[in-house]
Formats: sequence, C-alpha cells, structure tokens
Amino acid sequence: MALKVVCYINQFFAGLGGEDMAHTGPCIERKAVGPAMQIDNLLGGDGWVAGTVICGDSYYGEHIEEAREKCLEYIRDMSPDLFFAGPAFNAGRYGVACGDIAAAVAQKLGIPCVTGMYSENPGVELYRSKTFIVKTVDSARGMKQALEKMVELGKKLVSNEPLRPADEEGYFHRGIRKNYFHERNGAQRAVDMLLRKISKEDYRTEYEMPVFKRIKPAEPVKDLSKATVALVTSGGIVPRGNPDRIRVSSAETYGKYNISGIEDLTPEIFESVHGGYDRVWANEDPDVVLPVDVLREMEREGVFGKLYDYVFTTTGTGTAVANAERFGREIGEQLKKDGVDAVILTST
Amino acid sequence: MRLELRNVFVKDVQWGEKTEISGGVLRINREETIAAVSNDQRFVEINLDLAKPGESARIIPVKDVIEPRCKVEGPGDVFPGFIGDPCTVGEGATLVLKGCAVVTCGPIVAFQEGLIDMSGPGSRYNPFSETNNVVLTVVPQEDIEKHAYEEALRIAGLRLAWYLADKCRDAEPDEKKVYEKGSIPEENAKYPELPKIAYFCMSIAQGLLHDTFLYGTDLKHVVPTVIHPNEKMDGAMVSGNCVSACDKNTTYHHLNDPVIMELYSRHGKDLNFLGVIPAPEDTRLSGKERSTSFCANLAKMLGADGVVISEEGYGNPDTDLCMNAKKCEDLGIKTVVISDEAAGTDGKSQGLADATPEMTAFVSTGNVNEMVELPAMKKVIGYPEAISNLSGGAEESLRPDGSLFVELQAIIGSTNELGFSRIGARWI
Repeated sequence: MALKVVCYINQFFAGLGGEDMAHTGPCIERKAVGPAMQIDNLLGGDGWVAGTVICGDSYYGEHIEEAREKCLEYIRDMSPDLFFAGPAFNAGRYGVACGDIAAAVAQKLGIPCVTGMYSENPGVELYRSKTFIVKTVDSARGMKQALEKMVELGKKLVSNEPLRPADEEGYFHRGIRKNYFHERNGAQRAVDMLLRKISKEDYRTEYEMPVFKRIKPAEPVKDLSKATVALVTSGGIVPRGNPDRIRVSSAETYGKYNISGIEDLTPEIFESVHGGYDRVWANEDPDVVLPVDVLREMEREGVFGKLYDYVFTTTGTGTAVANAERFGREIGEQLKKDGVDAVILTST
Repeated sequence: MRLELRNVFVKDVQWGEKTEISGGVLRINREETIAAVSNDQRFVEINLDLAKPGESARIIPVKDVIEPRCKVEGPGDVFPGFIGDPCTVGEGATLVLKGCAVVTCGPIVAFQEGLIDMSGPGSRYNPFSETNNVVLTVVPQEDIEKHAYEEALRIAGLRLAWYLADKCRDAEPDEKKVYEKGSIPEENAKYPELPKIAYFCMSIAQGLLHDTFLYGTDLKHVVPTVIHPNEKMDGAMVSGNCVSACDKNTTYHHLNDPVIMELYSRHGKDLNFLGVIPAPEDTRLSGKERSTSFCANLAKMLGADGVVISEEGYGNPDTDLCMNAKKCEDLGIKTVVISDEAAGTDGKSQGLADATPEMTAFVSTGNVNEMVELPAMKKVIGYPEAISNLSGGAEESLRPDGSLFVELQAIIGSTNELGFSRIGARWI
C-alpha cells in the first residue's frame, strides 16, 4: 500500500520569502512544495506527498498554541500515514516549530513523525523525547542527505521494522534505554575501552553518567517536643498480605497505612515484602525496619510531640529513579499538608 | 603459576548404570549420585533432574550454577575451603566437564532466585540454556533456618559438581588450555612496555544470604587482597548469594570469569595482566570506604596503569563502583567499569543509584527492568509458583497458561556484570 505523507515546512522553504514573510500564518497546499517535492521523489513507489502545511517561523513561535491547532487540523483532515517536518538544520525558530508540530502529530494522531535538525538547534533538546529527529549538518547544503535519512527512517517506522539504536539509525536518541546484543561480550568491550583510555585514543562510553539532583536538607526542627514526626520506609514493611500489591522489587507504587493505636508492629499484622534483603528477622519483628515500637516509647516520654498517624512504605530495590522521585514528591506533599514537622526515613 | 584446563566436552547427559562419560555423553547413575551428596541431615529428600539445550523446560527458582570440575594434577582440589583444603590452588591440571552445569534449585529466600528457560525467547538471555544441566532440588527439614538451608544447598551443589567431574577423571580431554603467568616482577620484566592492568572483582558480601566465599571464608570478613587469576579457575571464589538473579555472579561465572579470559588472552600482547582483587561490597558506608580504599591502594602498590572494575548487584553496590573508580582515577589509574542499569520498564529512568563524573568509561550489560515475554514450557523443574515472588516478577506475571511476562532480572545471569554475555543497553 502506498503511503500517504504530509509535510511541514516554513515560509522560506515554501518560497514565500524570508524574514519579511515570517509572520505568515498556517496554510495548506494539497501537493508537495519545496523540500516536500524531494521527499515525494525519494518515496518512489512507496508513497506520495498529499499535502504540505506551511507556516511562518515567527508566527509559529509567537502563536504556538494557535499555530499548532491550525496545523493539526489541516494534517488531521488529510489522515496521513506518515508525517515529516523540516529539516530545520540550525534554524532555531524553525527547529522549535518542526519539533513542536511533529511531537503534536505523533501524540494526537499516533502516526510516525520525523524531523531533522543540527545538534545545536534548540529544538533538539526540547523535542527529542517526543519525536524522531534525524541528525543533519547546520545548513541547507545538507538537504539531500537529510531528506534521505528522514525518508528512510520514516519508512522503517511505518513498517514496524525493529529499529537499531539511535546512533546507528542517525537520530537524536529519545532518552530511552533498550537492550541489544553486541558483537562482543561485555568483558571484551571493557578491556578494549580501558586500553584505548590509557593510550588516550578515542573511545565511547556506553552510558554517560547521569547527573543527580541534590536536594537541600530541611532546616533542623526548632522544638522537637512539639513536633509531629512521621515514619517513611523503603524497607517494604506492609500490612500482612500486602493489600496494595506493592511489587517486591522495581516498585511502581507505595502504600499509606494507618498506625494510630498501634504500639508495636507484630508479625501477625505486618510483614516485609522487600525483594532485596533477607527478611527473616524483619518478618519476626517488623519494627527492626520500621521502628514504631521505639517511636511510641519516645512519644510517651515526650521526646517529640506526636507520631504521625500514617506510615508510607515502598520496596527500594531495582526501583527506577523516576518512580522514586515521584514517590518522594507525592509523599512529601501529603506530609506537608498534614503538618508533619520531621520524617525518619528508614532504608535497607 | 601454570594451570592446564582439560576440557571434556559434554554433548548430552542421560541417566545410566554407571556415572561416566563416553563419546560426549555423560551418563549418571541417579541413585549413587544422590547418595553421594546426601550426607547432610538437613535434607529430607534430594532430587536430580536433567534439562537439555533446546528442550521445552523451565528451571525455577535457581540458586546457583556450577561447572563440574576436579583437580587431576597439582596441589589441593577445586572449591578450596569446601571440597579441597583451603590451600592455594591454580597449579597443575583440572578436568572440566565443558557444556555441563550443576544447577541448584530451591525457594530459599522467596524473591531472590531466578529462572532458566532451555528454549524459546528466554533462552537467548542466559548461558545456561546452552549447557546440559543436572538440576539438584532438595526438600529441607521443616524447621530449617534459611541460612542453614542456603549453606546446605550451596555445599551439596559444589559436592555434586566435583563428584560428576571426579567420576570422569580418566576421560580423554577434547581440548587442553594452558593458563600460565609468572610473578608480577617476572611478568613486568618480560613486558616492560605494556600497560599493567589489574582487575577488581567486586562481590556482594553483605551477610543476610548475600555472600561470596573466598577459599571457603566469608568475603565480608576479608579486606581486598590479590589472587592469581588461575585460582579463580579452580574455584577460589564461590557464590552464596541469594540476590536478584540477573546480575549475581554464579559460581559458574566465577570459574569462567570473562574478564580473566580476556585479560589473559591479551597478556603479553597489548597488556600485562597483574592479577585479580576480590573486592567485597559491604552494606555500610564505612565498609565501602575501607574496601575501596584497599582496592585503590593495592592497584597503586602493584603499579597498575589501569583497572577493570566489575560490579555485582545493583542499588547500593553502585556506590562501591563509584568509589572504586573515583579513588583509582584520583591516583592516576585509569578505570573501566562493567555494570547493568535499572532504567525502569520504559527505559526512561536514570539507570544507576549513584554516579560520579570520574566514571567516564562504562560498559553496560543491559537494563534489568526491560520486560520479556516467556511462553509456557512443557516441563517445569522446581517450583513454578515461585515466579510471583521473584525479583522482577509480580503475582500477575504467571499467567494461567503458564506463560510469563517478567522483567529481564528474573532470568539468571541475563545482565551479568562480569560481562559474560553480549547484551547491553543502548539509547533509542
């Protein structure tokens, strides 16, 4: 089946004019215009360009919501199988427009979308996670190669052919890690990389170090004797039977459990479902991980004002940092709302 | 130190009258073999099963995998401290039943054992779908304490591996491989120009069923030390680990350590392999400081130009990995690390629990959280219901038709951080 393709280009590539025409609003030509004609050629017998949406760069940038809506409307009407935007090379406003419309089409119409940009185009960082952006040189002298790569990738996406990693396919990766089989085993790759590093030859790490957010600790509690203290744990202590089905590892949820009136976490009412440590003793006495018993004593002694009525719990093993961050944010918000002054976090 | 590995290829394994190998077929007398490993009052019953490459079989939950080996020449015996006396091994000759593995199986710690599929899509993720497996399952005494159960099964597995090799000790080897390397000054004199490389074999040593053994002693009581690579081939390091299956180093991995194989194969050509430093991963920060300081200092005292650092496990061991890399780089010693990632089921999360800018050379052995679809197998050896308790599994993982939808981490050895397999996570 021949693919129905729609393209997006700016006023310049549509031949309307340069900066003087950058305020042109969105319009549609029901044929291939400018670079879209080359796309039509490159598609050969596999498809044809049914329409070209055109918009001035300044217009798109200054009226981003309206421009996106209008362009989407044109594109939706033509119900394409595949969508191309640009390529934008190093043109910043054009890059943002291409990224934005490609991301919107991918999200709203669920069809493969491909654009092309130079690595320093601001559109890359803004939209790389939402659309495929083929790597191009910084100017239109690379038009032919850029379009070839875009069309090749687009066809591959439509055919559902498994993709090779981003660097091999020639697009900016979308921030997703996926498993592949290399030619050589990990040990062989490691020794190779080390020898190259020692002899100061080029080498490429397989994973760039993530940068961790540093959270500033809260101010110390002024008067502990009046403070409400909460217990939060990643040690997997849950009511017996794990009512919320928190996963034993790689947790994607956490639980909130009422401990008001509970003096001691006994094995009859609580247990550990953590998949990353030996639970023998935690199951004999869950207080070793979530020390409700000791905190009740301290509460009675007046060391602090009150133990918060709920505990939050999850299993911290193999848990994706993105999930952990979300748990922290949500739990923090609830504690803050309930006027908790301090939290004891127990981990395992 | 010179060690000859005499490999006898095992192409098939069958039950037989007599335990022996001929024509590539390992025959096992089931009753005699069970009797040979049943000298432990902690077991009520011992079972042996066979699982062969290509078979529609799933083994679950797997605790350890061990390659059958025994010493045929030279001092001591394999698995010193367990089978042989705890005196130096790595010299002489060792018989290896290549293509065969002992698999120990049992729900010791719910959650922390893995599975092996002998065919289908799961088989490409683990090396033990390609070995002829002798599977040992035991029924322990009812009131047995977990730690005693682990120890009993660990020792029974080692004994079985030794026993099978010992019964074949007169077999004609199909292949002989010699691993020879002199003292560090001798090798330095031979190869003065080559970069000197040490290897930190980081190993979980955290107690609570997360243990590794060196010459029979618990590594958590040991500060990092130096051993000759040959020692590992004779079983100096043994797994006692009940940790997430994908990236624990089974005893089989230690025996066939791919980092050692690679460094040995390039020794005298483009590098000078100094030796192996078993490096405990402690649970406590002070323990991590101690262990990594010893490692970096040992590398410096050995005159290393570079170090290969392999991790075991994920999560808190990422901190040991960072500290080892940073402390070496601070001393001017170049490092490469081998580690897996926990990037979430969607692959979008950052993959490490800790990071340091000095870790500039990173070899990825895959995202442990990636989901895999495993069809039902005709035969299940072990305890299939255990999947709901495995790390990487959830109760809904086991479908009524016997198929599984689980994280890669449920498959044993799938993201092994010695770099045993070819898998790695890449950007898309």
